[in-house]
Amino acid sequence: MEPVYLTFILMLSIFLGFELISKVPATLHTPLMSGSNAISGITLVGALVSAGGEHVQLATILGTAAVALATINVVGGYMVTDRMLAMFKKKEGGKS
Amino acid sequence: MSMELIINLAYAVAAVLFVLGLKMLGSAATARKGNLLSAVGMLIAVVITLLDQNIVGFQWILLGLVIGAVIGAVTARLVAMTKMPEMVALFNGFGGLASLTVGWAALYPSDGQALATFTIVTIALSILIGGVTFTGSLLAWGKLSEAVSGRPFMFKGQAFVNSLILVAIVGSTVMFCMDPTNTEYLYLVIALSFLLGVMAVLPIGGADMPVVISLLNSYSGLAACAAGFAINNMILIVAGSLVGASGIILTQIMCKAMNRSLSNVLFSGFGSVGGAAEKIEGEVKAMSSDDAYYILEAAGSVVIVPGYGMAVAQAQHAVKELQELLEDNGTEVVYAIHPVAGRMPGHMNVLLAEADVPYDLLLEMDEINPRIENFDVAIVIGANDVVNPAAREMKGSPIYGMPIIDVHKARTTFVLKRSMASGFAGVDNPLFFKENTRMLFGDAKETITNLIRQFK
Repeated sequence: MEPVYLTFILMLSIFLGFELISKVPATLHTPLMSGSNAISGITLVGALVSAGGEHVQLATILGTAAVALATINVVGGYMVTDRMLAMFKKKEGGKS
Repeated sequence: MSMELIINLAYAVAAVLFVLGLKMLGSAATARKGNLLSAVGMLIAVVITLLDQNIVGFQWILLGLVIGAVIGAVTARLVAMTKMPEMVALFNGFGGLASLTVGWAALYPSDGQALATFTIVTIALSILIGGVTFTGSLLAWGKLSEAVSGRPFMFKGQAFVNSLILVAIVGSTVMFCMDPTNTEYLYLVIALSFLLGVMAVLPIGGADMPVVISLLNSYSGLAACAAGFAINNMILIVAGSLVGASGIILTQIMCKAMNRSLSNVLFSGFGSVGGAAEKIEGEVKAMSSDDAYYILEAAGSVVIVPGYGMAVAQAQHAVKELQELLEDNGTEVVYAIHPVAGRMPGHMNVLLAEADVPYDLLLEMDEINPRIENFDVAIVIGANDVVNPAAREMKGSPIYGMPIIDVHKARTTFVLKRSMASGFAGVDNPLFFKENTRMLFGDAKETITNLIRQFK
């Protein structure tokens, strides 16, 4: 894809991000951070191509390292966010 | 349909799921589902990528996936809620390093063609941002876990050294972009970005960590975004910029809650602000937990203001027990949460949620302040600067102008505190000397447990 289109996508997603995040209440800021941490693990997608492609060996090694690192983010991020959000309860039925 | 088209369509679906997931994070009732949607989006993006024709071998991928998944899952399971800031800091760092390596690997395309200048510039960017995020986050993690001193580290000529590093980074990046096959420039860029990450976090103190973590969170997204440009991948750009935007907004919220500009947080350390501090007159009145019990027992309404000290003392469960006892006694109990209480945005909320405190009892600063004078007792647990009236009254104070929770306006204020040492900002707290303030010295958890014992 052309750089111009990619930049276009970039602009729109940044604005969308601003709109979405400013509506998140302060109570949920920690889960928001760990959740967005998991989303930033999207680098995994890029890492897969480097690790599995037909490259020079260095690229494969780098790619594999990137896959591992990004997977930590993805798996760890989503799981810990879920663990936290499961604890948020409203008053009704909140007493256990 | 070509494979590329299918892959890009799937990416579009994943992007929609990310957006929906973030939108549902806007309310505590739907947040968990939102997180799940976002995870499904990620799964789709990953699985569809495996169909890419450029991928020929799976053994390395599998190795990386297994290692990452095990480490990630174990950490997510075992981490204590009080340690969330450390975990997020560390994960930010991994995200940065992942983007760095993806950018680096993009230097060696499988078709062996020469790279376009635009691509090389974005590769350099993803290496730079990724590198800064990596070492910056590691240092932030060190400061949070107190492996490194949490005090701001400043030295003479710091600004000069930093500008030198910046100039060197610009220079080496330009050289690298002009001659990408020369690995020396590449290594130089990587090394300098690591150095910059360390230098950027060094002067920042522990109490400012909420700002730093938010900012590094943003960087990890931007690094993914840059890597997306480098490998021409739309979903990386979309997801990366969503995270980037999220981090920036949190950073802004945190700065506003401290009444400081971002550059002030990043460059000035803290407490270095001049101006003769006014002498605080008065006497500190200590109180035993027996006497505190009698006041609490007679109180009609109580507001609890937790701070980082509650996390350190792991007192959240004891606090919840006290809340229940008070409620059984007919007392109204609410919590007041300052945006920068703790070491990351929302830190207190998560701890109280862990202790099963319903989130509708947690009030934000703007909700509680207008009616705080109607409360009989305000209990400050391990918070200091966020309830320091100097922010309102003393022009010379370094925290003057910072919005605070006005606990001094409550009829009686209990301050649970280890000793008379000043808070993280190193500022004296006139609250302790107020007419209606009583100090309960000792470990926060022990003090609360004593109170609980009296109630029983």
